[in-house]
Amino acid sequence: MADEKDAKKQSEMSRRKFMKNTGYVAGGAIGGGLLGSLLGTNFLGDNQQTSPENTNEENNFNRALMYFTKQSDFDILRAATERIFPEDDNGPGAIELGIPFFIDHQLAGAYGHNDREYMQGPFYPGSDFQGYQTRLKRHEVFDVGIQAIEKQSQNDFNASFVDLEGEQQDEILQQFQDGDVDLKGVTATTFFELLRSATIEGAYADPLYGGNGNMEGWVMKEYPGNYMSYIDEIEEEEFIEKEPKALQSHISS
Amino acid sequence: MATELDKVEVVTVGVGWTGGIIAAELAKNGVQVVGLERGKPRDTEDFQHIHDEYRYAIRYDLMQDLSKETITFRNNRDERALPMRQLGSFLMGEGLGGAGVHWDGQVYRFLPYDLEIKTHTDEKYGADKLGDDYTLQDWGISYDELEPYFYKFEETTGISGDADSMPQSAPRNNPYPTPRMKETPVTKRFKDAASNLDLHPFHIPSANLSEAYENPDGQNIQQCQYCGFCERFGCEYGAKSTPNVTVIPTAQETDNFELRMNANVTEVLYDGDKANGVKYVDLQTGEEFIQPADIVVLTSWVMNNTRLLLNSEIGRPYDPETRSGVIGKNYCYQMRPTATGFFEEEKFNTYMGAGALGAAIDDYNGDNFDHSDVDFIHGGVITVNQQGQRPINNNVVPNDTPNWGQTFKSESLKYFYRTLTVGSQGASMPHRNNYLSLDPDYTDSNGYPLLRLTYDYTDQDRSLHAYLAERSVEIMKEMGADHVEASEMTDHYNIVPYQTTHNTGGVIMGDDPETSAVNNYSQMWDVDNLFVIGASAFAHNGGYNPTGTVGALAYRAAEGIMQFREENGQLVQGKKNTKVT
Ligand SMILES: Cc1cc2nc3c(=O)[nH]c(=O)nc-3n(C[C@H](O)[C@H](O)[C@H](O)COP(=O)(O)OP(=O)(O)OC[C@H]3O[C@@H](n4cnc5c(N)ncnc54)[C@H](O)[C@@H]3O)c2cc1C
Ligand code: SF4
Repeated sequence: MADEKDAKKQSEMSRRKFMKNTGYVAGGAIGGGLLGSLLGTNFLGDNQQTSPENTNEENNFNRALMYFTKQSDFDILRAATERIFPEDDNGPGAIELGIPFFIDHQLAGAYGHNDREYMQGPFYPGSDFQGYQTRLKRHEVFDVGIQAIEKQSQNDFNASFVDLEGEQQDEILQQFQDGDVDLKGVTATTFFELLRSATIEGAYADPLYGGNGNMEGWVMKEYPGNYMSYIDEIEEEEFIEKEPKALQSHISS
Repeated sequence: MATELDKVEVVTVGVGWTGGIIAAELAKNGVQVVGLERGKPRDTEDFQHIHDEYRYAIRYDLMQDLSKETITFRNNRDERALPMRQLGSFLMGEGLGGAGVHWDGQVYRFLPYDLEIKTHTDEKYGADKLGDDYTLQDWGISYDELEPYFYKFEETTGISGDADSMPQSAPRNNPYPTPRMKETPVTKRFKDAASNLDLHPFHIPSANLSEAYENPDGQNIQQCQYCGFCERFGCEYGAKSTPNVTVIPTAQETDNFELRMNANVTEVLYDGDKANGVKYVDLQTGEEFIQPADIVVLTSWVMNNTRLLLNSEIGRPYDPETRSGVIGKNYCYQMRPTATGFFEEEKFNTYMGAGALGAAIDDYNGDNFDHSDVDFIHGGVITVNQQGQRPINNNVVPNDTPNWGQTFKSESLKYFYRTLTVGSQGASMPHRNNYLSLDPDYTDSNGYPLLRLTYDYTDQDRSLHAYLAERSVEIMKEMGADHVEASEMTDHYNIVPYQTTHNTGGVIMGDDPETSAVNNYSQMWDVDNLFVIGASAFAHNGGYNPTGTVGALAYRAAEGIMQFREENGQLVQGKKNTKVT
């Protein structure tokens, strides 16, 4: 655990340095949320009651569940996404970016219900080249998958997935990616690929969707979000760093 | 009971690029046209919040709603075809302007070689260069005949290009209407490398305009801002030439064009000799209508054009067993050989860009190089594109990196701006086993059979892919990458990852009614008053983006329709002078 704390501190340091280097802080864009997250990890520690997303987003009323009904399911999702996109020297991981909430909200809507997908039967397994073939909608795939993660964890390690060491969690997730676990109604690989792509989407989608907290996903990637025009810079040789801008800046209300 | 409406002169099915061109050309000339489009209306005002990768590029907000209709797919005839349940390999357009709204705007002309590929190949390499399973055909039209129509499309769309730098591309009688787009460090680096290798680089001709332009119809297209949200997005400036800022308003400014949205055409009404109109469903009320017309024009893209004919029992369906029939025949796609270069010491401003910003070479396209010693024909344009790299879609890491976890995270962050990709659009030759037909099991939301795609890579594809990937690697090395990785083909064609929306064939053009579905005016051999327009007419797929050629065929078809109004009957004499029934 001590190691983990040290690593954490280090990552915190390099993250600050990183943001300074990218001009993020210098540009004056630092907001209450971001400051809160720095304070949160430094002074409050990372325990159950004050998980980063709580301290991070004290006044963010979007930080509640729209899809999941059990906190324990949500916690498994949180732990799994954090392994897919972990906090490291580069900056925050899935949990701090709000990715679990992003996924929860997506599962409650058109994405989770495959509204714009062909869901008529009959259903057959299909070859590796025929794509998504399950009668389960995405929200059901997540239900089945998350329960299977927990079951596999109990099976392999006699413990809940959320209590495992990182490497053990990786072992479980790897079995899913490789399709070595039997799920009801869907392949483990299909579930894992959904989980993986949703995690990456949550890291880099506009913060309006609940992930990419404080645009820190973009900060890590040095992605400027959306600017209306690069016509005056497109010919430049040097790499041009920009303070990221979210869609919020496009709306007049 | 369907409500029968008053007869009109011309009805088009779908209002994208081809439907828009037909509407503009005919309406300008006093012909009464009704355009039926199953999607929603939209214009530049709808694109002010478009810089949203998740909504538009990942969740496909502008594209076809597959819950109502999709295709089914299998690699070969022994397999059961299953529905493409979510979009992936290609992205069908829907809504006013069709895929012309969210296209990139790279505009090429197919090579003279493409139009006479069969004759040329047999003459130069002998009749069995590819073998009997490849159903290669000439298009029944020469490049010289088609040249004015290419220009018509380029003039209407204001294409930005530099004709002088394109010695190996199709010859031109006119310069491009606007100058080429800006040179960036990325395009320059590709061009320098290509020149060092004695190749002939040029800027990609672009429908993202280098400067503001007024087209011959009086429509204004604005100057591109290189905003990086072009491919899969609508343009918030009206700087990308789309049907919505060019041909559709031209049609609407006349009194002769009526646009009906949310109108999903289910059948072409056919009496065994001529088309009498179409049947459609108003998607907002569920009401069914019959729209009688003197002339019916299918402008609903490759898949829908083919499907409507099959569902309406028009023409002879292709049968791969006997090789008879034509509807559904010669479906082609494209290969995407690439070389990705990793640059340890450099970063490129690749978050900036435009859909058609890039540089290209034609040295390995068509028959621009000798194929005597290789076991394939044709090739493809090789390009570098600077389109605006988006963070969800682009997580390029070296091949041996896992695709999740800590290493993936740090490597994908590190290389986000440190990789460039050179790649080709490998031409696709028709094969007897690659075709379109109706699915026996799955239906759309109206109960009509879905279109079934049977498709896999052929030996020709694999050889061509390997060859172009090697050429791409050479260029990328010359560009100074520290480490280069070439793409490899999967065991079979996969419907899942996005590859390209350059699907072609199904209602092919030719000079012989026995082996083709339409003549070179896109008029059906079997049905004089039915025109079928689009890349569905391509007898094979070339090594470029298709729409320059699709636009040319549409302008030619418009002329044909005008002529048909005067003369009736077939506009072209079939080669064998027989009408097949
Ligand atoms: C992401 C993307 C990028 C692309 N980039 C390029 C590029 O850079 N260069 C290039 O040359 N090409 C590009 N293309 C391809 C280009 O968009 C198409 O070639 C072109 O739009 C085809 O025109 P069309 O009129 O045949 O079909 P579309 O423009 O797709 O129009 C067909 C219309 O018909 C409607 N329709 C279909 N069925 C029915 C029905 N039954 N009833 C009523 N309406 C119907 C559809 O809703 C649609 O609006 C790109 C495509 C995509 C998806
Ligand atoms: S890159 Fe240019 S053409 Fe494309 S959306 Fe931006 S401004 Fe419009």
